Amino acid sequence: MIERTPILNIVTHTILFTGLAILVVPIYLVIVAASQTLPDVMAIPAKLLPGDQLIVNLKAAWVEAEFATKFTNTLILATGVVVGKLVLAALTAFGIVFFDHRLRMPIFWMVFITLMLPLEVRIVPTYAVAANALSPFQSILDVTGISWLINATTGVEVALNWNLLNSYTGLIMPLVATATGTFLYRQFFLTIPDELVEAAKMDGAGPLRFLREILIPLSVTNMAALATIMFVVGWNQYLWPLLIITDPAYGVAAVELSRLVPNMNTTGGDIPNWHWAMAGTLIVMLPPVAVVILMQRWFVRGLINTDK
Amino acid sequence: MAEISIRDVRKSYGKDEVVHGVDLAIYDGEFVVIIGPSGCGKSTLLRMIAGLEAISSGEIAIGGKVVNDLEPRERGCAMVFQNYALYPHMSVAGNIGYALKVARMKRAERDAKVAEVARSVGLDEFLDRKPGQLSGGQRQRVAMARAIIREPEVFLFDEPLSNLDAKLRVQMRHEIRRIHNRIGATSVFVTHDQHEGMTLADRMVIMNKGTIEQIGTPEEVYDHPASVYVAGFIGSPSMNFLAGTVEAGVAAIRLGNDGRIDIAAERAKALDGKLVQIGLRPENLSMVAPGAGAITGHFEFAEELGSGRLYHFQFEDLTLTVLSADKHSFQPGQEVGLTADPVHVHIFDGATGARLDTLEPMRRRASLEVAQ
Repeated sequence: MIERTPILNIVTHTILFTGLAILVVPIYLVIVAASQTLPDVMAIPAKLLPGDQLIVNLKAAWVEAEFATKFTNTLILATGVVVGKLVLAALTAFGIVFFDHRLRMPIFWMVFITLMLPLEVRIVPTYAVAANALSPFQSILDVTGISWLINATTGVEVALNWNLLNSYTGLIMPLVATATGTFLYRQFFLTIPDELVEAAKMDGAGPLRFLREILIPLSVTNMAALATIMFVVGWNQYLWPLLIITDPAYGVAAVELSRLVPNMNTTGGDIPNWHWAMAGTLIVMLPPVAVVILMQRWFVRGLINTDK
Repeated sequence: MAEISIRDVRKSYGKDEVVHGVDLAIYDGEFVVIIGPSGCGKSTLLRMIAGLEAISSGEIAIGGKVVNDLEPRERGCAMVFQNYALYPHMSVAGNIGYALKVARMKRAERDAKVAEVARSVGLDEFLDRKPGQLSGGQRQRVAMARAIIREPEVFLFDEPLSNLDAKLRVQMRHEIRRIHNRIGATSVFVTHDQHEGMTLADRMVIMNKGTIEQIGTPEEVYDHPASVYVAGFIGSPSMNFLAGTVEAGVAAIRLGNDGRIDIAAERAKALDGKLVQIGLRPENLSMVAPGAGAITGHFEFAEELGSGRLYHFQFEDLTLTVLSADKHSFQPGQEVGLTADPVHVHIFDGATGARLDTLEPMRRRASLEVAQ
């Protein structure tokens, strides 16, 4: 039963507005700070009304943080994550749902377990792999004695090396192979009636054709939802780029943002340029917000799954 | 030429066998209806012909070629599904032409063919619509068109009419028969509806619990049901069954305390003393004065059918129904004599339920002769 009384209405609305304030006030303060001069930002008591320096500060932050490069990099990262994820997750879910084979459940559980092992948990081994992506194979060769055999017979020392540090590949790959997308697809694929699969079989469509011409067009809304989520996730990446990127040419926006806020080490105790930092924050926030607004309709439809 | 021959086909899921050795031969161009209650294995059999279900043992050949290991697309079958199974994101034209697209037919040729087939089933105005914008009957037509366009040698129908309302069902039934007559492809139609079965079939296959009970023309199946099961399944209103003992001395079957159904003397002689089940169709029973009939029933109520009435009588602890064009007005509880023509008395073995009649062995033999 939903009760509608004036008191309850007031209480619920109070709660909702409090929540809204908690979300909106910080963003407002960012806008305020980003539009003032440095003395105004540092003034006590704080000035709570926007100033007139917004454009100036945005320009300064853009130049100071080299956002032109960083944005390109971040865009490549986010797009790479989105595309990689859409493709990989679709194929994995396709394999899990539509093929009746013995490895079906083991694979499903292996994918499932990765949910409990996000990048932050496995960051050290992932770094090790990124430093030399072929090291697992090297280990296999070493353990099985094959590298010794090759060395003994040909005199060639086997040392496989594929360094992914400071590269787009290294940035993107570890973020692609996660379970969320697979599950989203799986749940959708499970709602596809068996008869549709059989009709495609009768029409002579092979598995890949079925995936391409029937499943994918049907899961467009799901893909839009997944793409939105993954774009935001990719865009906001901080820890992983911070770890593997040392070359500024590959730096990403979120990491660069933290460098806009000077600390003792970088400025030797100068007053931090808070107005630029806040302007930078605004700039970095915009693309994910734009994507979410643009994709909103699809996004909701994809998650509630009613459009069939 | 696409005759289908099914030899000792079995299907099991794990240890559960659901189809127990089915033999069936379907002639080229024939319309065969497989009928039975849900869970009798009829759909499984159809899906094995289509190649959607693996065959556990036995052999299926289409047009003389064993298809056990062939993919569905290589078998030359087209199938109409119960829920139509249209591709929701494609237009009607896209749905109908998909098989041709997969087969890499040229665009122009394909469009021409789609238009032609769509016209033949009355869909030409709807080619650009999505399946979601069509009514049930129209979707059914799309499903049919999608099957027709492939010019299949074998047409498979998996209860295609069960999602339609009664009137549309009859219409589509006629449509299917017309299409069959025009195309002449061998057709296998699965249903649980005996009206569909009787009206559509050249021959009917009645299945029960994973085996075939009887194969025959609708007339054969109706007039000479091979078992109590078939007799009870086919015919509406359904047959009356009574248990009794054959007495050769009076050339009759004695029922309960004071009932007696006369049968031919030589039949009675052959079956003397045997415990039997007799089957009487409601239209073969007639009402006479009390005491004049073979048995005396107590009137319960009558159902008006328009063309006649269905009278319900109580006889001992059974309900007997009589179908008659005569309009009587009995009082509830009134005694009425019931009598049956000996020619129309179906006699079945009391223990096995098999027909005790010369026609009995035909149910299996007929199929095997063709298969060889």
